[in-house]
Amino acid sequence: MSVEAKETVMGNKNEFEPLIVAFCCNWCSYAGADLAGTSRLSYPANVKIIRVPCSCRVNANFVLRAFQRGADGVVIAGCHPGDCHYSTGNYYTRRRFSLLTNFLEYVGIEQERFKVDWISAAEGNKFATVMNDVLEKVHRLGPNRKLRDARWKR
Amino acid sequence: MQRIGVFVCWCGTNIAGTVNIEKVIAAAGEMPGVVYAKDYQYMCSAVGQNLVKNTIKEQKLDRVVIASCSPRMHEATFRKTAKVAGLNPYLVEVANIREHCSWIHKNKEEATKKAIALTRAAVAKVALNTALIAGEIGVESRALVIGGGIAGIQTALDIAEAGYEVDIIEKSPSIGGKMAQIDKTFPTLDCSACILTPKMVDVSTHPNINIYTYSELENVKGYVGNFEVTMNQRARSVNMEKCIGCGICTDKCPSKKAKSEFEEGLRNRSAIYTPFPQAIPNVPVIDREACIKFKTGKCGLCETVCPAGAIEFSQEDTKITKKYGAIVVAIGYDIIALDKFGEYAYTNHQDVITSLEFERLTNAAGPTGGKLVRPSDHKKPKKVVFVQCVGSRDKTERGKTYCSKICCMYTAKHAMLIRDKYPDIETYVFYIDVRTPGKNFDEFHRRAVEEYGVNYIKGMVGKIFPDGEKLQVHGVDALTGDTIKIDADMVVLAAATKAKEDAEDLGRKLSISTDTNNFFTEAHPKLKPVETHCAGIYLAGACQGPKDIPETVAQASGAAAKAIGLLSKDKLVNNPCISEVDEKICSGCLACTKICPYDAITSKVITFNDHGKITKRVVAQVNKALCQGCGGCTVACRPGAIDIKGFTNKQILAEVDALCR
Repeated sequence: MSVEAKETVMGNKNEFEPLIVAFCCNWCSYAGADLAGTSRLSYPANVKIIRVPCSCRVNANFVLRAFQRGADGVVIAGCHPGDCHYSTGNYYTRRRFSLLTNFLEYVGIEQERFKVDWISAAEGNKFATVMNDVLEKVHRLGPNRKLRDARWKR
Repeated sequence: MQRIGVFVCWCGTNIAGTVNIEKVIAAAGEMPGVVYAKDYQYMCSAVGQNLVKNTIKEQKLDRVVIASCSPRMHEATFRKTAKVAGLNPYLVEVANIREHCSWIHKNKEEATKKAIALTRAAVAKVALNTALIAGEIGVESRALVIGGGIAGIQTALDIAEAGYEVDIIEKSPSIGGKMAQIDKTFPTLDCSACILTPKMVDVSTHPNINIYTYSELENVKGYVGNFEVTMNQRARSVNMEKCIGCGICTDKCPSKKAKSEFEEGLRNRSAIYTPFPQAIPNVPVIDREACIKFKTGKCGLCETVCPAGAIEFSQEDTKITKKYGAIVVAIGYDIIALDKFGEYAYTNHQDVITSLEFERLTNAAGPTGGKLVRPSDHKKPKKVVFVQCVGSRDKTERGKTYCSKICCMYTAKHAMLIRDKYPDIETYVFYIDVRTPGKNFDEFHRRAVEEYGVNYIKGMVGKIFPDGEKLQVHGVDALTGDTIKIDADMVVLAAATKAKEDAEDLGRKLSISTDTNNFFTEAHPKLKPVETHCAGIYLAGACQGPKDIPETVAQASGAAAKAIGLLSKDKLVNNPCISEVDEKICSGCLACTKICPYDAITSKVITFNDHGKITKRVVAQVNKALCQGCGGCTVACRPGAIDIKGFTNKQILAEVDALCR
């Protein structure tokens, strides 16, 4: 992002409505998000959740596509290590996305825009906290312009 | 062109309160492929379901999106509805606009926008859904019950009575569990052994029940209906078939210094022992750490005196592998160690005991023959102080945050039993709150206070220390603010209950989850109290949370009913959302086989026609019965040949695109 571009973004900070795409595993994190709902914990409407069977179902492709199509941040949430419904799925998630984090940084996407975290079905609180936290950081960074597909209008 | 129907639920005001339903309907009507959009107050009700059913038929819908609560709640409901209407159940998608939208957001405009986005994602996904047909798997009609306490016993009896084979696996040498140690049970004060031991006998004589005592679960493979369990039966050193249970060996054994686990260490036992006289099976076991023969090689007295020739020093651990259709976990609870509670002087004074030790002291079959005496000098106490909530409702590191639930009642029971037998002994109970919800529970507590004159003091004990022959108990009466000093002869601590040490490890083996306190988590706190998130595995008793006996028995019967429901089926419907290999694209690298946690992917050789030349090559192959549908393989696949039905790459990308619009 050029300096000028950044300044305009900062200037229009109030108008910036970030979009966060969250991939949640069906067994822990999606249930955690449900619990956040049941407990009426609030997090901004900018977070949109996609349900996947396991965090290891998330292909790096999906993350890149989200950034390409205009997401300003991406979260992948799975069960805590050792608690995976499929016993070892989230270990793969952890390895795959530690690589992807480095790659994203290499192509210029700030680290704070991408987060992999473990949220259990009992952690509605944590779900809201993580989402608020990511959103706050993304808000500070402004819109994501890297990797963005120019033909795709949001 | 596709004919997608969108149904938006109000959920009373739960959704309609923050989401403008009309706007969602209008927006949905314009989404690609949508031919019909309709709202209703309660879509999950019979009327709502009929609306969906009839509309599918009338409008000839080929795909359906329900914008309502979480799919974890009602996805199954609406799939059934679709099926009744003649639509493949997997052509239904749920947009979660309640838990993930209306309950989270307060701003109506924002919430409406989000609800539209979520509905759009679901529409984009459903457009790519394909009809899926669930496969069938067989069910092994045998159940495994882990734990032989009252929960395990009740579960096993119920399942066996329904006509199915049950195996009980118990870690200790006998079944019976904590209830066998207890003297009397609240609120009826009937003797625990009198109601438990007949059930133990029933279990041991039931033709459908097998008991594996002194055994531990080693590993579990498989899935609902087809678990393959390996257990390790530890060497008993006594032949179960030959032993007649005469008990001569235990009398003659010269090594008598081991602490009896059953008597909570209040009495010693021999190296060859049965935990208690009514043990089932009534076959002793040699504690190899205490046995002189195993330590020095010299002794073997039991072998000489045994009239049946049942002693076998050379016995080794045996591994047993069996198949089961259902598993019930009933491993029970423990009480916390009190070494970190220095102020109560439990570790350095014999007359400060736990409630479980007190049970043994008042038990007619216990170390004192039921006579209440101080463990230190065997004198009758004059004042007994009970301290409740030792480690329960304690937010510090050393305690547990939860209420142990049973302590208020058993403390009232203990104090009442003392006053009944020895009216001259004074009893004092220190408590934070008295919690007695339960049938006839509060009446019981009132009786302890009003009829038996037990002194209840609201407040906590700060310090207990020996003072000559006495124990000084210093506490505060929270109602008056007075400091209270009692020169007691005996103190009984109601130590907090906790999950078994090995609960977490067992949970991992069974892939069921535990909560922060290591109690197993049920599938739903209200509506699925005995199921776990792993199909075919159920919970009974205090391993799920502190429970008294009536509740434990009720849950055990509940778990048994669930297990019977499963075992009574010849075939189970498989989850069809599993991996599938496109053989045309598969390069045969087999990277997927290494990732699969279920070993569900193998290789096979296919022949194909390559421009007139018949060639052979290796491709991956998914075993439909083993695949659980995690999708790990899809990411590992370099050419992108494996996809997972119901969550295909295209479907998820379509959702991403729809949300990013």
